[in-house]
Amino acid sequence: MRPEIEHDESVPHTHPEPGVDPHAPLPAAARALRVGIGGPVGSGKTALVAALCRSFADELRLGVVTNDIYTTEDADFLKRAGVLDPARIRAVETGCCPHTAIRDDIGANLDAVDELAEALGPLDLVLVESGGDNLTATFSRGLVDRQIFVVDVAGGDKVPRKGGPGVTAADLLVINKTDLAPLVGADLAVMDRDARARRGTLPTIFQSITEDPRASRVADWIRHELAHHRVASPVPVPAGQP
Amino acid sequence: MTAPTMLLLLADGRFPAGAHAHSSGLEAAVAAGRVTDLATLGDYLRGRLATAGLVAAAFAAAACRAAEPSHPRPSPSGEADQSRLRPPPNGDGDRARLTPSPGGDAGQVRRAALARLDAELDARTASLAQRSVSRRQGKALLRAGREIWPAASFDELPAAPGGPHQPLVLGLVGAAAGLDPAQVATVAAHATVTGSASAAVRLLGLDPYQVQALLVRLAAACDATAAQAARAAEEPPERLPAANAPLADIHAEAHATWEVRLFAS
Repeated sequence: MRPEIEHDESVPHTHPEPGVDPHAPLPAAARALRVGIGGPVGSGKTALVAALCRSFADELRLGVVTNDIYTTEDADFLKRAGVLDPARIRAVETGCCPHTAIRDDIGANLDAVDELAEALGPLDLVLVESGGDNLTATFSRGLVDRQIFVVDVAGGDKVPRKGGPGVTAADLLVINKTDLAPLVGADLAVMDRDARARRGTLPTIFQSITEDPRASRVADWIRHELAHHRVASPVPVPAGQP
Repeated sequence: MTAPTMLLLLADGRFPAGAHAHSSGLEAAVAAGRVTDLATLGDYLRGRLATAGLVAAAFAAAACRAAEPSHPRPSPSGEADQSRLRPPPNGDGDRARLTPSPGGDAGQVRRAALARLDAELDARTASLAQRSVSRRQGKALLRAGREIWPAASFDELPAAPGGPHQPLVLGLVGAAAGLDPAQVATVAAHATVTGSASAAVRLLGLDPYQVQALLVRLAAACDATAAQAARAAEEPPERLPAANAPLADIHAEAHATWEVRLFAS
């Protein structure tokens, strides 16, 4: 059992009504929106992917590409969690270079995205999970349309201040495991202040997947990006083509 | 030498064709305890160079020759070089030649030559795992080639489901980059040793200076292999080198079944 934790009202959070979708239906599909999910080892990338799969299971045609250094572990985690059909997951080996596979030499990931579309037909959303890396890892714009960088409070509340391209430039920064903050002595207000200083107007979401197993606010952000993406690229284009 | 910078660009490990994800058998050899240090790495690289390296370099050079009409030269017998690029009688190539197609007659000759090279290389690669890895690497290089040289005639490669064999794509990429078959063979031989050496630095934590010194000592052997491959590429496809290493085939088959693997090969 998770210990009872008092809500810190200074930290932004929401409580979406379960079972009610506040969103208008999305327009017809363009090429799948590709969203990269990166971040340090153990920050909760795979748990976030699982939560998003729960959120989108009956809503979007979803594919997942995972770059975990141990080829099958992340995919197996998602399969065990029962949140995604194994046929919708592709694993990419990165040869001890997780950052290379998502940034400098993205062909294997693009192939995996293509294979998902070939096997499953048109998709709405492809989540590309990076292998656990450090604060300098970032996705190529040739691979993903948007990127989420995931850090966690247990990694230390100084992480946002350290910056790095993930923290400063990711389209969304997720500060994960807020339920652990009191246990590890992390000050969420400090993390919030530093993230704002580093990121300017770019959004940051504090979340605890223990408290919100569907990662509702991250899912909302993706829905918003998907709506924009569909307006911006109405013509279907095969993955990997300019 | 023409196009020296182009040669360096293609040989650079940072060229985005997926090389970083492949140890070319080294991960399996390390797990089997056959490569443990600099000395055994040297043995491994010499073995690779003499087998997979020679074959890949010869097929890459041959594909480059097939792709570039200016490369074929009269063979020692005096027979016109184009004759052995012609498709076999009664083959699909002869029938297809009756209908106009992109690239015209010369395009059909190139298609047929590349299809023969693909079949010959398939026959030289005993391990299914290695065949599919070669095709996956070919697919990755083809993606880069199409993006970088959109005008090149990559469509003349055989349309195999898993992708074309990597050395064939390398030959066409080299031709598109303006390299000659000997330069393409050098790129292939160089990649054979540098790819596994880089994987060894990551897997075994070897001293990178010592590994680079080893590569420097192997440079002459690498050049000799490339030269041998380029000469061999003037022969008909069925006479190209067929050097093989059964233990590498067995390791590749075992590696493909591992549940936990850092490298794709």
